Amino acid sequence: MIIERAAYISMVIMTISLFIAFLRLVKGPSTPDRIVALDLITMLTLGMILAYCMLTGQFVYLNTTIILALITFLGTVAYARYLEKRVL
Amino acid sequence: MRSLILRTAARQLLPIFIIISIIIMLRGHNAPGGGFIGGLIAASAYILYDIAYGVVDARRVLRMDPLYLIGLGLACALGSGIPSFLIDSPFTAQEWITFTIPFYGKFAVTSPLVFDLGVYLTVIGVLLTIVFSLAEE
Repeated sequence: MIIERAAYISMVIMTISLFIAFLRLVKGPSTPDRIVALDLITMLTLGMILAYCMLTGQFVYLNTTIILALITFLGTVAYARYLEKRVL
Repeated sequence: MRSLILRTAARQLLPIFIIISIIIMLRGHNAPGGGFIGGLIAASAYILYDIAYGVVDARRVLRMDPLYLIGLGLACALGSGIPSFLIDSPFTAQEWITFTIPFYGKFAVTSPLVFDLGVYLTVIGVLLTIVFSLAEE
């Protein structure tokens, strides 16, 4: 019961922060701002998946989060590499 | 990129990526996963190594030309059809062999597993061929 309520409240909070991160993605004065916003959006999506996993008890979603956490790190590193090369 | 943190992390993450990709590939028979996504994860391990150390070292870690992986994978996929061909069922029909392993129980080897292995190797080969040739420019 308390787990369900915690999951619902955290999903609401994460939705609000998704909107804020999306604002930063659109507005972001510089490219690094946008990259960090994208990383943040992925992490928030991951948190949403975890909360949904807690709500429904479908533990298949846990695998998604593992893979997503690994791959999003790679994406951010690749963006940083192209920033360093001054391509973006 | 000359970053000590990234280099150390890449060296530690390479085996973890590959172990996870093999797990995903093996469980793809009756759970989410499969050869394609497993191959993507294994290829991203080498892409991370390429970002951290450069193409030359990534090729050295892979120990073979990725083109060979494509050929090996396609040969695996073709070879998975042959056992059913030999015992008068249609080409690439599913065949099962069930072993009994002590302390584990029954363990089934299927011909789709070999096909999945072929997809896995082909995806790694194709992705690494593209990425390495892009990084060498």
